[in-house]
Amino acid sequence: MSGPAIHVERLVFAYPDGRQALFGVDFTVERGERVALLGPNGAGKTTLVLHLNGILGSVAGGTGSGRIQIGGTGLHREHLPEVRRKVGLVFQDPDDQLFMPTVRDDVAFGPANLGLRGAELDERVHEALVQVGMHDHADLAPHHLSFGQRRRVAVATVLAMRPEVLVLDEPSSNLDPAARRELADILAGLDVTLLMITHDLPYALQLCERSLLMDNGRIVADGKTRDLLGDADLMSAHRLELPYGFNPLSVPGPER
Amino acid sequence: MRFGRNKIKNDQVHVPDGFFNAPTSVATGLIAAGAVGFSLQRANREIRETGPALAGLTAAFVFAVQMVNFPVGAGTSGHLLGGALAAALVGPWTAVLVMSTVLLVQGLLFADGGLTALGTNITLMGLITVLVGYFLIRAVLRVLPRRVGSVVPAATFGALVSVPVAALAFTGLYAIGGAVDIPIGKLATAMVGWHILVGIGEAVITAAVLSAVVATRPDLVYAARHLQQDLVLVDADGNTSTVSPDKPIAAKPAGRSLGVGVAVTLVVAGGLSLFASAHPDGLEFVGAKLGFESAAKGSAVAGSPLADYGVSGIGNSEVSGALAGIIGVLITIVVGLGIAKLASLRANKAS
Amino acid sequence: MSGDGLLVTVDSHVHRVPAQVKVVALFVFVLAVVSTPAGIFWAFGLYAVILATAVVVARLPLPVVSRRLAVETPFIVFALLLPFVATGPQIDVLGVQLSQTGVLGAWNVLAKGTLGVVAAILLSATTAPRDLLGGLERLRLPATLVAILSFMVRYLSVVSDDLHRMRIARESRGYTGGRVGHLKAVAGGVGSLFVRSFERGERVHLAMRSRGYTGRMPTLGQPGATRSQWAQGLAISLLAVVIAVAARVVAS
Repeated sequence: MSGPAIHVERLVFAYPDGRQALFGVDFTVERGERVALLGPNGAGKTTLVLHLNGILGSVAGGTGSGRIQIGGTGLHREHLPEVRRKVGLVFQDPDDQLFMPTVRDDVAFGPANLGLRGAELDERVHEALVQVGMHDHADLAPHHLSFGQRRRVAVATVLAMRPEVLVLDEPSSNLDPAARRELADILAGLDVTLLMITHDLPYALQLCERSLLMDNGRIVADGKTRDLLGDADLMSAHRLELPYGFNPLSVPGPER
Repeated sequence: MRFGRNKIKNDQVHVPDGFFNAPTSVATGLIAAGAVGFSLQRANREIRETGPALAGLTAAFVFAVQMVNFPVGAGTSGHLLGGALAAALVGPWTAVLVMSTVLLVQGLLFADGGLTALGTNITLMGLITVLVGYFLIRAVLRVLPRRVGSVVPAATFGALVSVPVAALAFTGLYAIGGAVDIPIGKLATAMVGWHILVGIGEAVITAAVLSAVVATRPDLVYAARHLQQDLVLVDADGNTSTVSPDKPIAAKPAGRSLGVGVAVTLVVAGGLSLFASAHPDGLEFVGAKLGFESAAKGSAVAGSPLADYGVSGIGNSEVSGALAGIIGVLITIVVGLGIAKLASLRANKAS
Repeated sequence: MSGDGLLVTVDSHVHRVPAQVKVVALFVFVLAVVSTPAGIFWAFGLYAVILATAVVVARLPLPVVSRRLAVETPFIVFALLLPFVATGPQIDVLGVQLSQTGVLGAWNVLAKGTLGVVAAILLSATTAPRDLLGGLERLRLPATLVAILSFMVRYLSVVSDDLHRMRIARESRGYTGGRVGHLKAVAGGVGSLFVRSFERGERVHLAMRSRGYTGRMPTLGQPGATRSQWAQGLAISLLAVVIAVAARVVAS
């Protein structure tokens, strides 16, 4: 992959009911970076992220303008299948991604579409499930799993495609503390470019050295996570608050 | 249905096994299979764009909503069948698939509705209600002002009429292949009369639900897709531009509807011919009641191999009769599909 | 509403029969039952014995089966009306004039309907939804239809839980809006349920495309049934066909 992992230029987008969500977004993420996308609800974070693998925006037949490049290649209809392998998107609701009858079927779906069959496919499925610690549950149906387990399987379904960029939407939401830590360990150990939408500021600090702050459809700050979180005026201007007792300057950042 | 917990029963009355005789069950099974296959073909273009997931979720929605107790006024509550509503929301062909899937799952997974009566149930509740509902929606929309809100009265009317028509079809089926003799006049009055009431409930609920959808996401309503306004966008520098809303997934060319209508009529007519061959008394009885008997004499195809519903060369009259009926159905289905294909090819060339 | 259907999770010979065999076997059985002339009572007795045996072999708890028979109640009403509504010669039953064909007709509907429901329960209680879909796929049901069925079954519980939560929310607020307003509230909830289901359907489709879906769903991979499995599974149904033919011969 040549060029930056993600390059977005002057991105504009409006929903079908007329509500404009992005008012000109610009940013670049280099290979191997781990970036957190912060901001209040309604800022447009999820909307932005859905543009990165061609789900929203003009390539999808929608309304908007601007330029997006993934790994140096522009986002056009012909390149979509390749982009969708390179950019793995983990949605907020695991039920949106676990749509097959069993866990194994779900994790196999992606690689099977890439052409894997037989023993090679089984190997890939096993590898992805082991990465998230769910290989014992391969033959269960999704509704038999707990929320945290479903979240992990959702990550596995994307990992099975061996993406270069992993985009996660609120990965730690609704997870109990143990599950949250387990997921952090999994994410820290992956060799990918990471873009993570989160409200969980300690999580952002733990896993991402850089952060983008979005508000009202625009990027209002771009810098080291520790600096952003330490800027009290910036935080309060955009409805961000640190958890009780958390001091960003007192904890180590991500280990790399 | 929740077994053990809040028992919310599904109040839809499905035809059980034993209502209709075997030949009728087989015949309606063929009609249902033909109609579903046809709808798959038609809906495939849309499904390729939106995915089977959308149809599956709409089916899950219909299934779940059929169990909701809607207060319809005057202290009564009613349930929604959903044929006309589905047609308005996702279009006729996907709606046929959605309703058929619901009935299939109810019959096979939840033991609700006779296995041999699946064809009948799909034909009545999945095919007739949807097609009648959709046809009326299109007709009414031609007359009403071109606004998104117009789909609501259109679908309400479609829902109102679709239910008694299905009841009429049920009566017709019963006249031909019902297991027990009941005076058809009495049955028709009772069935259609009762189902006019049910149709009112269906109409009221359809109106309420569709209004709610139109109020928040009119772009999701299939029947309203040509009735929307353009969007105005503002970019970072404050420049505005006007864009038309997302193109509908599969804009239907005009010529298709006629071909489709002809094809469907042929399929249904072909099915009825099978009943006739399986139960010559039934159709003649109905025919005599309605005064058709004199018209049957001296048909032009008297010399053809299928004349008098007997396939020449086969001994047993009943077997040959059934065989002729089946051949008749197959021919009409093939002819119907052929016509529809031709119509769509012509329309595609035109667009 | 569970995506498990009515599956009763025990192990039995019936549970182990491949799904496609069970579907065909049950259709043939019920067709045989429906083709039997109503007056040949011994035939129906035999059918009942056959089904009861199958229920026992399948190790289905009797209370479960009888509870599920309750779905039959609506058409029992129709059956009971028949003796009063049908035409033809009348007979005297306990001092009431009933149509002879109507009584026979009521018996016809009740017997065949009940046998049909028990057969359907037998299928649904011994087959997991995934296996049933796999069986239908093997029976050459069109792939798109199997896919739609698969998604429907997967999201049944999700959608009806949504509905349930909505109802609880409505009732927790002690809705007292009066009748007209009441419909608006329920319908509004249902309308938003459609929007949510639609949007979820779109998201699922997009998740599928994100993972490379281009229109062909992977098969469910149901293994084919061997000849002996077909023979075993169809044995009861063929027995029923024999009974039906015998009954027709006797009746004519």
